[in-house]
Amino acid sequence: MASEEPLFDPSLKKRSKKKQVAFSEDPLGADADPTTPAPIIDDTTTNGDAVDLGPKTVHEQMKQNGVGAGADEDVLEPKESKEEDDFKAMFGDLKKKKKKKEIPLDLGDDASGTSTPTTTAPAAALATDDLDFSDLKKKKKSSKKKGAAFDLEAFEKELNQSKAKESTLAGDEDEDVVPTGEHLDDIDEAELGDDIFDRGEAPAGVDTGSEPWLGSDRDYTYPELLSRFYGSLHASNPSLLTSSGKRYTIAPPSIHREGNKKSIFANISDICKRMHRQPEHVIQYLFAELGTTGSVDGSGRLVIRGRFQQKQIENVLRRYIVEYVTCKTCKSPDTLLTKENRIFFMACESCGSRRSVNAVKTGFQAQVGKRSRNRVG
Amino acid sequence: MSVQNLNTFDPFADEADPRGNPRGNSQDVGSQQDYIHIRIQQRNGRKTLTTLQGLPKEYDAKKLLKAFKKEFACNGTLVEDEAMGQVIQLQGDQRTKISTFLTEEGIPRTTIKLHGF
Repeated sequence: MASEEPLFDPSLKKRSKKKQVAFSEDPLGADADPTTPAPIIDDTTTNGDAVDLGPKTVHEQMKQNGVGAGADEDVLEPKESKEEDDFKAMFGDLKKKKKKKEIPLDLGDDASGTSTPTTTAPAAALATDDLDFSDLKKKKKSSKKKGAAFDLEAFEKELNQSKAKESTLAGDEDEDVVPTGEHLDDIDEAELGDDIFDRGEAPAGVDTGSEPWLGSDRDYTYPELLSRFYGSLHASNPSLLTSSGKRYTIAPPSIHREGNKKSIFANISDICKRMHRQPEHVIQYLFAELGTTGSVDGSGRLVIRGRFQQKQIENVLRRYIVEYVTCKTCKSPDTLLTKENRIFFMACESCGSRRSVNAVKTGFQAQVGKRSRNRVG
Repeated sequence: MSVQNLNTFDPFADEADPRGNPRGNSQDVGSQQDYIHIRIQQRNGRKTLTTLQGLPKEYDAKKLLKAFKKEFACNGTLVEDEAMGQVIQLQGDQRTKISTFLTEEGIPRTTIKLHGF
């Protein structure tokens, strides 16, 4: 197997992590039909076979960490503040206000983070006009008055350096501050910019406000948006986390040896009941896959010709479940198998999808044993 | 004058004959796949038999068998089956070996189906 794995990898790449694990666990790894989106079933692992599959989707991550996703973002934040600078520098060329922007940036780097210059502006505004500093339009006014507030500003800067951290209200205000010193015309440009940012921040404001991009004008990254989506999804549907967590489990098949050449599959009726499948169908599949024959004895047990171990039967059952039990669309095991016009249809009870499945086909059967015995039988 | 409705139309015109014999073809209509099936059968004791069924026509089964026998160091034979066409039979459990061999020769893994335990 080990030698094969690199071979499989290219085709496996598209599949989810979980699946890969499931297959590597499968001694017959190669058999898995890559065309079918194999569901994740640990049907037989009740006997402690369980493999920790690790998180794969954001959904599951959230499930795992509970609210932990928020914590992750916090962890990320320091790094992002660094990125912020880069982003600003990057976007600097694109927007008109760039030149001004770079200046405040330098200041920010000198004085323990970008926040220092930004806070001075609103603070100055507060001092002069008693304006609400989140209201950007009013700020424009305030910045016009800056001439008067100039010395105040310098004072405030020092003050803020000692205070150091307030919320990082991005470079928007920086632009207000610096240009005011130079040209009043520039303010209009800055104002336009503010409006743009306003819109950008609006959705974040709707949410919890924990988003890492809140403090900057950089673009959101896909993972951030994804986790935000799942955050709001689970906030509105708390049942999702709990209900979807259950695994599809089936009692492991109990295989005994009868004599030297026969195996007995004792709990097949139990398993069939669990899967909501006709025992005949399951038995047909088992025989086709194992390439043997057998019969059902008086107490509903299946007698299979040949020596088989529990693990081997388990693998076959697992493949049966993948092919005939789980819904290909939603991976729910809650399906019904019906036969219409000699074609089997599988209808999903939970998502309502319906698809035809291949009939169980016995392939070529080689001649095994004495021919004379065959002729009599 | 060409009336399209009156043209004869062969719905199976583009249907490729999967393994060369007409019976196999007619049997396979309806099952959309022409998979290569690799199966295993138990014999007495610990002995097993591996069969390869559904090989595309463009491959020479005889030469393939020869390569298999050499590569896997086993014996084997070519069986003509009425329903299944040509089937390669090898001694011992060669399933994974066959599938890796075939994939290395450029047969897509999606068309290979491994059966058995």
